[in-house]
Amino acid sequence: MAGNAWRSMLSQVVGVASRTTLCSSSRSRGIHTVTMIPGDGIGPEISSAVMKIFEAAKAPIQWEERNVTAIKGPGGKWMIPPDAKESMDQSKIGLKGPLKTPIAAGHPSMNLLLRKTFDLYANVRPCVSIEGYKTPYTDVNLVTIRENTEGEYSGIEHVIVDGVVQSIKLITEDASRRIAEYAFEYARNNQRSSVTAVHKANIMRMSDGLFLRKCREVAETYKDIKFTEMYLDTVCLNMVQDPTQFDVLVMPNLYGDILSDLCAGLIGGLGVTPSGNIGANGVAIFESVHGTAPDIAGLDMANPTALLLSAVMMLRHMGLHEYGKKIETACFDTIRDKKVLTKDLGGNSKCSEFTADICRRVVDMD
Amino acid sequence: TMAAALRGSLLTLVKGLAGPRWQQMPLRPLSVSAGLCAPETSPARADATFKVTMVPGDGVGPELMTAVKDVFKAGDVPVEFEEFHLSEVQNMASEEKLEQVLTSMKTNKVAMKGKIHTPMEYKGELASYEMRLRRKLDLFANVVHVNSLPGYNTRHNNLDLVIIREQTEGEYSSLEHESVPGVIECLKIITRVKSRRIAKFAFDYATKKGRSKVTAVHKANIMKLADGLFLQCCAEIAELYPKIKYETIIIDNACMQLVQNPYQFDVLVMPNLYGNIIDNLAAGLVGGAGVVPGESYSAEYAVFETGARHPFAQAVGRNIANPTAMLLSAANMLKHLNLEYHSQMVSDAVKKVIKQGKVRTRDLGGYCTTGDFVHAVVDNLRFRPRH
Repeated sequence: MAGNAWRSMLSQVVGVASRTTLCSSSRSRGIHTVTMIPGDGIGPEISSAVMKIFEAAKAPIQWEERNVTAIKGPGGKWMIPPDAKESMDQSKIGLKGPLKTPIAAGHPSMNLLLRKTFDLYANVRPCVSIEGYKTPYTDVNLVTIRENTEGEYSGIEHVIVDGVVQSIKLITEDASRRIAEYAFEYARNNQRSSVTAVHKANIMRMSDGLFLRKCREVAETYKDIKFTEMYLDTVCLNMVQDPTQFDVLVMPNLYGDILSDLCAGLIGGLGVTPSGNIGANGVAIFESVHGTAPDIAGLDMANPTALLLSAVMMLRHMGLHEYGKKIETACFDTIRDKKVLTKDLGGNSKCSEFTADICRRVVDMD
Repeated sequence: TMAAALRGSLLTLVKGLAGPRWQQMPLRPLSVSAGLCAPETSPARADATFKVTMVPGDGVGPELMTAVKDVFKAGDVPVEFEEFHLSEVQNMASEEKLEQVLTSMKTNKVAMKGKIHTPMEYKGELASYEMRLRRKLDLFANVVHVNSLPGYNTRHNNLDLVIIREQTEGEYSSLEHESVPGVIECLKIITRVKSRRIAKFAFDYATKKGRSKVTAVHKANIMKLADGLFLQCCAEIAELYPKIKYETIIIDNACMQLVQNPYQFDVLVMPNLYGNIIDNLAAGLVGGAGVVPGESYSAEYAVFETGARHPFAQAVGRNIANPTAMLLSAANMLKHLNLEYHSQMVSDAVKKVIKQGKVRTRDLGGYCTTGDFVHAVVDNLRFRPRH
């Protein structure tokens, strides 16, 4: 069912793509509305940077800015503000900066609330080495796809007797099939040749066994994509030695959390890693996964790369590949040139200067 | 039902430990019986040689053990091995075999072990022999000292960190069930007793080895109760060791930091699954599974093995496995037996071969065989007995 929904949404996306290429001369047609959630801390700065760059690129996107703070609905249930939910329900696509989670008893994390509200079941993180931003690893080009609704993060825990805690990892057939289908569909649509299922079925024989079985079953229906399976520990061992051997990786929640951050580390950290969350019914929210950096908020020092690359991911998801490519190239060129870089990238420039440089390149490309 | 399952498995565990062993007496190999008859005080030192239990395991395990035996023989190391072939995939696993290993361990206290491969297919028994052996011997602490090898350059050189992993509970509880068709629950168990025990082990280790910092790795932001308890125990134990710095880090961040700046870590302590992940990640940083030794401890026993435990089945019989990790582990075992001289001799020889860089196995970018490497090590043994 979920697979069908996804497929139908895909055909819509593909339809949009062909339409835009057909009438690329008349750009006024096919303007897409995207819900922008600027977020907290450095969120507003990096969001406005992204909007400026999109404007320079004449991307056919109309932003609908919404603030998100958890509010208590009737019955005391935490929820996101109705205007934000309505906007997302309409636009289906969101771009989100970092959100802070107030440390208060019973206050849910905003990310968790968004995930639940829109059933964001897949977290997708492409990790691609950025030329010019030197790390010990080069030529990394892989994508981690993480199941985001169950597993170790089920939230079901209890104290059996004093000093003995039981935490339940929940693996279901439906969620496992859904994430496997998404992974293969993603591989096919993004010209990637292989999918690796990451698991620990030698230890967790039933739960990870079920996950693996579903991956194998789905793999049967995608004969054009190579399927391999690997133990989580073997992936870690190989990843730090030769990450180039990996392509698309699909895995349950915790492993995905760990591996996606590990891979981000390979290319230089969360400041340059884009991320996307795919939900049911065609909803998708793209986001930067770094923190709110309150220490530099408002000082024009933040690095908008992660949010910008997430926005590029969003454009590709919407079938607007042409604009995605243009903005991505401009961003990478700026970083490769090393003349205008923010502090965390090893430079001395302001966020606005970095943004202006990318804008200039985008305009020059036309 | 979950609690019942837990109780059930605990009961079998206790039964296994206390069960009558006399029934299997006639089946034991001679050497074991001889060991049993030796005087209680120093059973393993009857004739100034140490008896050590050996479980070669699967994959390249037996080849690595041959390497150890060859080097020990050439160096006249006073150690005699009692070998047990326990393997699930080669149909050489049974309660009886497991008992034999346990009996041998009871006498020898020390073992060398390869990885016993766990077949993935679920056949009714959730716990593998590898895990059952671990539990029956109560090998709660796994220690992997990740040390760069001078002469072999990787992306991260001069690394020196220690990973201490709890390995009897957590995600490896083997408690799983299908609540309704298509829905599986898998239990992670964290207890105060075992969390405190591993934390104390880590701080004792740090004290003994003169290390300055212990970092607890966790995911208490999500698993608030389970990892929360682990973290709380670590913090409580840390209070007892004011000279050692105590820090905490979330597992995903730990992995990211390890590939970006691994030098910030000293001793790391963590629950079972995170240990499995970090052991392998860190081994990868210094050259892979073939070069990092590891060991597991209970209050009574010590088992020496490789740091990243893989059977490496695709290399079986091809004479390409790198014996470095197992040889360094063997050297650590000799040190544990107070055979300082021999320990130094073996580890010096191995490190010398790596440093010279002439004889290298495939995993380190060379073209030499396991045999070539063992020869080179033997040639470099400081002490060569005359025959």
